[in-house]
Amino acid sequence: MCSKPVIGVFALQGAVIPHKPHIEACGAEFRAVKTQADFEAVDAFILPGGESTTMLKLIERFDLWDILAEQFAEKPIWGICAGTILMAETVTDPVQKSFNLLPITVRRNGYGRQLNSHHAPIDGYNVSFIRAPVITDISDSITVLAEHEGSPVWVECGNKVASTFHPELTMDYPSPMHKAFIAKI
Amino acid sequence: MGDKSSSENVMNLKIGLAEMLKGGVIMDVVTAEQAKIAEGAGAVAVMALERVPSDIRKDGGVARMSPPDLIEEVMKSVSIPVMAKCRIGHFAEAQILEAIGVDYIDESEVLTPADEEYHINKFDYKIPFVCGAKNLGEALRRIGEGAALVRTKGEPGTGNIVEAVRHMRQINAEIKWVCNMDEAEMMTAARDMGAPFELLQLVRAEGKLPVPNFAAGGIATPADAAMCMQLGAETVFVGSGIFKSDNPDKFAKAIVKATAHFDDPAIVLEASKELGGVAMRGTEISEIDEPMRMANRGW
Repeated sequence: MCSKPVIGVFALQGAVIPHKPHIEACGAEFRAVKTQADFEAVDAFILPGGESTTMLKLIERFDLWDILAEQFAEKPIWGICAGTILMAETVTDPVQKSFNLLPITVRRNGYGRQLNSHHAPIDGYNVSFIRAPVITDISDSITVLAEHEGSPVWVECGNKVASTFHPELTMDYPSPMHKAFIAKI
Repeated sequence: MGDKSSSENVMNLKIGLAEMLKGGVIMDVVTAEQAKIAEGAGAVAVMALERVPSDIRKDGGVARMSPPDLIEEVMKSVSIPVMAKCRIGHFAEAQILEAIGVDYIDESEVLTPADEEYHINKFDYKIPFVCGAKNLGEALRRIGEGAALVRTKGEPGTGNIVEAVRHMRQINAEIKWVCNMDEAEMMTAARDMGAPFELLQLVRAEGKLPVPNFAAGGIATPADAAMCMQLGAETVFVGSGIFKSDNPDKFAKAIVKATAHFDDPAIVLEASKELGGVAMRGTEISEIDEPMRMANRGW
């Protein structure tokens, strides 16, 4: 019997549980992951929405930077909103540390505060942008999968994917974004 | 786009921000400098206040919305979401907070109520609201008025967790009760709880509140935070507990650490050893005169 792929959702902080039904509807196993042993046991990671500064502080406080960087190097990774910020090469407003998994530049809270949070159709699906970052620059190696207001909002390069919107919050299970990501394993 | 789907969209964005705050600590701050300490310690959001609840208790008088310049200064100093409080029922204070552009409004019993009969119609605003609740009926009344996030009331400014625990357990017990109820009992339960019937049906169908559920009121130590999270809180608010402790920076970091690993006693132990001082003194609930029992404000 072929075992199910295990998708680890990084769970030190953020919107973790909303991914569970999407992952399970793709026939994969959902796991909330917080420790080195958890990270080593998964086939792919989702870096969920949340607060990127909080995630960074916790990664540093629990001494997980090098462990995660090593795990992230090989496995498929999908960053959503805050996760996109953690995956970027360069982060602005404010400048902060990141894992440099995708050659993109990201501006935090690029649309503004919560009053500027909004919905938009992406690939014909209604999705939400919540205090979302804006991808302001990309290298030639990046494939743009969707744009919104003239900026890329869903990008990939090899097995690394980022989206600045939240398919996990509004879409029927499984979202096409979850399907496309899990197909990379 | 029809009205229904557009109002559903707005609610989805309001609840969406609460989803992003899960698994974290929201800290009360009274200056931009404290906001930076909170952000540096890993807070997911800050609540900009003029006075923390324990000082409101000590000083007496009328507690109102914070001065706008203070809130704006806090907003400029950090990149995490900034919340602010308005008085229960004070829709004009809420309008000001929306005009400032804060990320969340707390219609809070910590401030002196402006209206003893009516809460704010929170559907009128684009900014999401959080409200306190002691039981399921109260939580559903606030959600029925448009709150996108519920928190326990606890007894703010006491450093005493007992009321927050009571409220969290009460809501959990009532959710279980509703889920096990015969369909025929539902309308009577809704009447007795003072809960909107349709929302009670939603609770029964999903086995949980239709919005996220956080804990607040009396959380002062890493162990308090871990306890609330294990009881089902999805994030904790810490008011006086951080900046009224001996060492705010260390307390803030320790409570963040304990919240992230609330189900791992070894890490909560580690956090408890890193406090660098004693917690706020705290108050026994029976020492508080009835008018200053904040949990009884609102209905």
